Amino acid sequence: MDATAGTALRIEGVHKAFGTNHVLKGVDLAVDTHQVICLIGASGSGKSTLLRCVDLLEAIDRGRIVFFGHDVTRREVDEIRVRRQMGMVFQSFNLFPHLRVLRNVTLAPVKALGMATTDAEEEAMALLTRFGLADKSHDYPDRLSGGQQQRVAIIRALAMHPKLMLLDEVTSALDPELVGEVLDVIRELAAGGMTMLVATHEMGFARETATRVVFLEDGVIVEQGPPGQLFDAPRDDRTKRFLGRVLNAGRM
Amino acid sequence: MTGTPIGPGGPPGIVGDTAGSAGVGAGGLDTDFSRSRRSRLLRSPRGAVVTSTVSTLAVLGAIVAAFLLAPGSRAVRATYFNAHDMWRAFIGDPHEGFYSIGKGIVVNIEMFTIGEVVILVLALVIALIRQSKSPVLFPLRMIAVAYVDFFRGVPLILVILAIGFGLPALYLPFISSQSAFVYGVLSLVLAYSAYVSEVYRAGLNSVPLSQVASARSLGLRPRTAMRYVVLPQAVRTIVPPLLNDFISLQKDTALVAVLGAVIEANRAAEIYSSTVFNYSGYTVAAVLFLVITIPLARFTDHLIARDRARRLAGAA
Repeated sequence: MDATAGTALRIEGVHKAFGTNHVLKGVDLAVDTHQVICLIGASGSGKSTLLRCVDLLEAIDRGRIVFFGHDVTRREVDEIRVRRQMGMVFQSFNLFPHLRVLRNVTLAPVKALGMATTDAEEEAMALLTRFGLADKSHDYPDRLSGGQQQRVAIIRALAMHPKLMLLDEVTSALDPELVGEVLDVIRELAAGGMTMLVATHEMGFARETATRVVFLEDGVIVEQGPPGQLFDAPRDDRTKRFLGRVLNAGRM
Repeated sequence: MTGTPIGPGGPPGIVGDTAGSAGVGAGGLDTDFSRSRRSRLLRSPRGAVVTSTVSTLAVLGAIVAAFLLAPGSRAVRATYFNAHDMWRAFIGDPHEGFYSIGKGIVVNIEMFTIGEVVILVLALVIALIRQSKSPVLFPLRMIAVAYVDFFRGVPLILVILAIGFGLPALYLPFISSQSAFVYGVLSLVLAYSAYVSEVYRAGLNSVPLSQVASARSLGLRPRTAMRYVVLPQAVRTIVPPLLNDFISLQKDTALVAVLGAVIEANRAAEIYSSTVFNYSGYTVAAVLFLVITIPLARFTDHLIARDRARRLAGAA
């Protein structure tokens, strides 16, 4: 797989229903390497489901997901080997509460990739140091603030050297004053060229960081474009209505 | 906040209740927040100790008095609490034809110690089979469900009788030639593995699905995720109910007495009472069971407290 150029991810005509609840109704989206694509839209529009489908945590009903040229939704694909090359960060952090921070970060490199513990720890410490969490490496997650926990969750995903990061509303569960430190980490990743698909409610962040902003409503992509165009000159009425509501709520 | 008027005066009723108290604000806020004298006394450290001591003594005194003043008290004390009989039953006397209850309790300890180790493993296997999703394991899953339903539903004493007298009667090689001790332990293991597998299952189900999703998203295989993410968290939550079941198991080793051939504490007491016609041996057995179960109960509390403290304290 070439992780340096071309299309990292292509989502083609993806449908997903939970029982009678049709969540994704034919989504097409391409993400090139080093791009940061922000998914915006109301709760229930399908952003999280789309990310979970890309990470193969949910089986799709129709369509294809192509990861660096490989259709990963074929039956013979081992989804575990695909997931090892994608990093996913959840809204509620989901750190392992029974493991110290360092072990949270090294668990997957050691147990999934078979890395030597000492190497994995060395690398994990380097990452923790880079993001200012070295002094927390021997704490249990519940001793950390929400912002610190979410930064550890991002580091945990990074420790697997993902070719694509999937961020699912990673600041939505945080106190407002902790949002900044997490967004800073994501900005740094973006600046470093990490390919990312980011579901977010942080419009300011999307405007400044995104290569492209994608507006989802009711399981379909309504409109997408560069942030300047989508936020300042939306073409579709549904986009205008959504942005109007966000503006009224003071979230811009 | 006392003297500042915060509004037009409140209804006179509220103010009137504390008339004379200096704490009534001009705004009608009743600022006398002090506790009653009685409540203050109960909350002071010394007051709390005095109160709890007095109430404990009063309750215990009432129970002892009821026992001593009961019409049949004398006879009961002679039959159940005779110090001489208690001692004889405890040390045993081969010449008189009865066994030591003190040695008997050691047999109980052996039974539950061996049993607990086997149960911990077997119950986990059953729970994991029941939790598995693989279609290949479907028949095993059905067997596990039937096993748990059966052994949870049948009274333990019937299991012991069926195993202890049924298996030898089959005249099978190996299976039918074990000692009563082995059959007793086997019965306990079969029954308690069913209970404990349910405890494990509850623990596994208590781990949030988000933890599983997070382990999967990191590329861990299901087995690895179970071992390093789900199981450790499950075990943590089930330690108290698990040890509760083990306290029950420790007591239930006494039921193996029905096989007759295992001289554990209850059986020894039974033999003593039928030889001497005095029940004090049962009292000795009861006390010995308490001696082993109460420390386990305290140990359980200690483990819970330690785990909680460790996680709250963070780094070690």
